[in-house]
Amino acid sequence: MTTARRNVRIGRIGLYTLLVWICLFFSIPLLVVISTSLKTSDEVRTFSIFTLPAAPSLAAWIKAWSSACTGLNCGGVRVGFLNSVRILIPSVFVSVMAGAVTGYALSHWRIRGANAIMLLLLICAFIPYQVILYPLVKTFSTIGIYSSLPCIIAVHVIFGLPVMSLLFRNFYAGLPEELVKAARIDGAGFWRIFAFVMLPMSVNILIVATILQTTGIWNDYLLGLIFAGRDNMPMTAQLNAIATTSTGVIEYNVNTAAALLTALPPLIVYFVSGRYFVRGITAGAVKG
Amino acid sequence: MSARLPVAVGTASPPSQSAESVAVAPMVGRAYRTRSRAAKIALVPTIAIMLGFYYASISWTVYISMTRSFLLPIYKFAGAAQYERLFATPRWHVAYSNMFLFGVLDIIGTLGLGVLLAVLLDRAVRFEGLFRTIMLYPLSISFIVTGLTWQWVLSPTIGVQHFVRDLGWDGFVFDWITQPDRAIYTLAFAGVWHQSGLIMAIMLAGLRGVDREIWRAARIEGIPTWRTYISIVLPMLRPLIVTCLVLIAIAVVRSYDLVVAMTNGGPGFSSDLPGKFVVDFEFERANIGQASAAATVMLGSMLAVISPYLYFELARKNR
Repeated sequence: MTTARRNVRIGRIGLYTLLVWICLFFSIPLLVVISTSLKTSDEVRTFSIFTLPAAPSLAAWIKAWSSACTGLNCGGVRVGFLNSVRILIPSVFVSVMAGAVTGYALSHWRIRGANAIMLLLLICAFIPYQVILYPLVKTFSTIGIYSSLPCIIAVHVIFGLPVMSLLFRNFYAGLPEELVKAARIDGAGFWRIFAFVMLPMSVNILIVATILQTTGIWNDYLLGLIFAGRDNMPMTAQLNAIATTSTGVIEYNVNTAAALLTALPPLIVYFVSGRYFVRGITAGAVKG
Repeated sequence: MSARLPVAVGTASPPSQSAESVAVAPMVGRAYRTRSRAAKIALVPTIAIMLGFYYASISWTVYISMTRSFLLPIYKFAGAAQYERLFATPRWHVAYSNMFLFGVLDIIGTLGLGVLLAVLLDRAVRFEGLFRTIMLYPLSISFIVTGLTWQWVLSPTIGVQHFVRDLGWDGFVFDWITQPDRAIYTLAFAGVWHQSGLIMAIMLAGLRGVDREIWRAARIEGIPTWRTYISIVLPMLRPLIVTCLVLIAIAVVRSYDLVVAMTNGGPGFSSDLPGKFVVDFEFERANIGQASAAATVMLGSMLAVISPYLYFELARKNR
């Protein structure tokens, strides 16, 4: 074997070794949490979380799901799960559709000041939530829906609108103008063109937008905490409350199981949707 | 995948400027577009939300920060009084300087690791899909779960320290998460874990778009691979790197969930960040004036990050 070839080989071995170490760095936290969630309470108390469970059991998962306590409420994260689903479905649907209509109007129709509107929307997409949180609370109190399911849905729509609109605008701006032209000659108006020409062509971008909003809204903590009200606390807020409850012995096996249950829906979306997920997060990375 | 993001308008990166970047892409031919009342009506809700919820709220917060408001809003102008008080508050000093420390560590770590990962995967490795999947999954997990997970792993009572001691090294100490002068470093560490996959994905798309001829020319010249990356390929992707930098900086200014779940700002206020400071003052201490002043500083920090970026991106687009 020549020296050059040996060098290349050493280089490849080094490359894969480094990659494997890096992948360990990324995966160990998840593996540790999974292994801890399968332990019994006794094991958790005596050993570090890095040791493997002696006799894996799903007891902690069952307890986390149906009877873990937040303060005096012991209904498990099931309560938060159902709340998150109730928040998620209408929020995603309305914000994606609102973004699609706005993006469509801004791309294929003559609107005075369209560029100014887009710049203003772009700035909105960057604003830290904290800057407008309190005025929003005031506004929703005045309207009379603060701390309710409609309130948190409206808030998710408001915070999703800028990124969704720009995402769809850029997609539609790339579609050939002849599509709209031809439809107009046939006598179709704004809404008919949207429903019968644009939407059927938007399947990919609709999937990307839906995934982006689904993971974003499911993972939200701050907005849910402030706008949802006690009866509609999303799963993330409930998880944090369970994990930071300091009364009695901390049951790490139950807490890790609750964390996994909370992380599971977006993880499933990620593993199932692969490329769409990556396209979504890179396109919408501006969102917090 | 695309040159996406805030205003990744025509970043020098070649990957076909695919449609789904949140960029102000150039208009398709202007002339054909027709006026329609329906189109204008369709935009009314968006414009109303934008002006009524965003810009009105921003103005309100900025104005309240210049009054003497405490529990309730007072609308009499009082100049910079709130800011004088804010910057005389020790907790704010900690939170604000933490933002810079956390930011520098997070940017160096995330950008460094992200670019390294992209370069490694660019070297035609087998099982690339598997490696990518492992590097990107943290992005799908919430900051709350991320923060709790790292809190457990780094906890001296159940995590790394306990584990190493069980291995027989009795005096081993690793308790940064409980040390007031170290906790912020653990936050940055978790931030890097969560975000570097994103930078990898963006940079890998850029690397894949680099002209093959450049690589061939470098090989003929006998330039080593690592040298080609550092001196030729990565400098070509500078606009993309700047985009990544801006993205991480935005995430830093906005950080909230991670610190709440991981250290809750502690021990004491040692790992506090502006985002948490504002929420605590608004909803726990009910001090609207101080919260608004702190929020306005956050807004200013965000503008300081994005306005040069937006300016140059838009200028380049119009050229």
